[in-house]
Amino acid sequence: MVEMNALFQNRASLIVRAIILTALSVALMIADHRWNHLETLRHALSNVIYPLKYTINIPAEFVQWIDQSVTSHNKLVQDNEQLKSDQLLYEARLQKMDTLELENQRLRKLLGTPKKASERVLIAEIFSVEQDPYKRLISINKDADDGAYIGQAIIDANGIMGQIVHVTSNASTVMLISDSNHAVPIQINRTGLRGTVFGTGDSSKLELRFIPHNADIKVGDIVSSSGLGGRFPPNYPVGIINKIERPAGETFAHIEITPSAKLEQSREVLMLWHNAPTDTFGLEGKNKTKGKDKK
Amino acid sequence: MNKKPYLAIIITLLLALMLNMLPLPDWANHLRPDWVALVLIYWAMALPLIVGVTTAFIFGLLLDVSQSTLLGQHALALVIIISLVQRLYLRIRVYTLIQQAIFVGILLTIKQLMVLWVSGMINTAPDTSLYFLPALTGAIIWPWLFILLRDIRRRFCHYQHH
Repeated sequence: MVEMNALFQNRASLIVRAIILTALSVALMIADHRWNHLETLRHALSNVIYPLKYTINIPAEFVQWIDQSVTSHNKLVQDNEQLKSDQLLYEARLQKMDTLELENQRLRKLLGTPKKASERVLIAEIFSVEQDPYKRLISINKDADDGAYIGQAIIDANGIMGQIVHVTSNASTVMLISDSNHAVPIQINRTGLRGTVFGTGDSSKLELRFIPHNADIKVGDIVSSSGLGGRFPPNYPVGIINKIERPAGETFAHIEITPSAKLEQSREVLMLWHNAPTDTFGLEGKNKTKGKDKK
Repeated sequence: MNKKPYLAIIITLLLALMLNMLPLPDWANHLRPDWVALVLIYWAMALPLIVGVTTAFIFGLLLDVSQSTLLGQHALALVIIISLVQRLYLRIRVYTLIQQAIFVGILLTIKQLMVLWVSGMINTAPDTSLYFLPALTGAIIWPWLFILLRDIRRRFCHYQHH
């Protein structure tokens, strides 16, 4: 009986329903792409996704926990000593840095170009890597409650990693600089030459495009962010030039860059408040006089 | 006799969603079949009155959120292939497993094409021929998945008899 109903009664309504849902999907896609109005819907749906992602990660977390809890006392003592001596070393270096920074600021003041004070940072942990093989996205365990916002720059100890593209509940999605849709405005440290570094989809290499053949560029040049787009703070390392080809007949050189940040290995990352929307942070907002040309 | 099959359907679909998100090494990622699409195809074929385009739409949106694609991208593709299944389910049911697997392979290829098409329009299309591999692995896995889901249906949903 049920079968018969399915055959005769529902045919027309099935087609209507399929057409309505198709139209709805198209409308959603256009709204999402054109106006980015759907972050709230994404946020709501991510409440379903988050527990699933969390469950998937439990085995890995468990192994890590076991690993941590069975570490021997000796090893801990050793680590502790090592860390203490490291700390001492870094502190000594930092003292020098402090004086240098003060000196730098004083000199800049003399020149009439005061530099902004250092940015606010927060450590976040990567808790999952998106499984789409054609994208380079990671999820970190900080959300809007921690002050995360779309467009926020993410770095690790070695350089720029990427920027936040979605903020959902309990987690944010970060697009890495190696994603083929990502670009960072940069400058070459040695010459000050400006350019744009694009992701390739391969986390071991980035591409510096639109640089003419005769530009002064060498293998081994350090590339750092220029801060021009407003998204990334200036002077953070992006990578090192690793290969330069100048094919005859083409306008621009092919330049390959090895990223400085450990895009595949980091577990902890740093979130930077560089261009944060002022309304979110009253206090931080007062220090920011410039640098929010975007968002 | 009238045990409600909803629980079994939702649990299998959520498990499929988790399989789609499970971390795998990079080479295996290219082979990962779309579990959600496979499970949806099965239920739409076995219980077309319960699982249809609406379920496909909802799980499509969840896939979009979990993969950070445009909202509606997977939803559109799944709605289209599930509406095809709804047109043809009586025919698919009498196919042999091999024939079914080929048909499922075609459906999954259509789904990949739809997703690729939208990605292409917003300039995020991957430029590799490996892109359609999941449709092939999905077709290969289909006979086993079919038997597994049929057993689940027979155990938890005594509702229709085939």
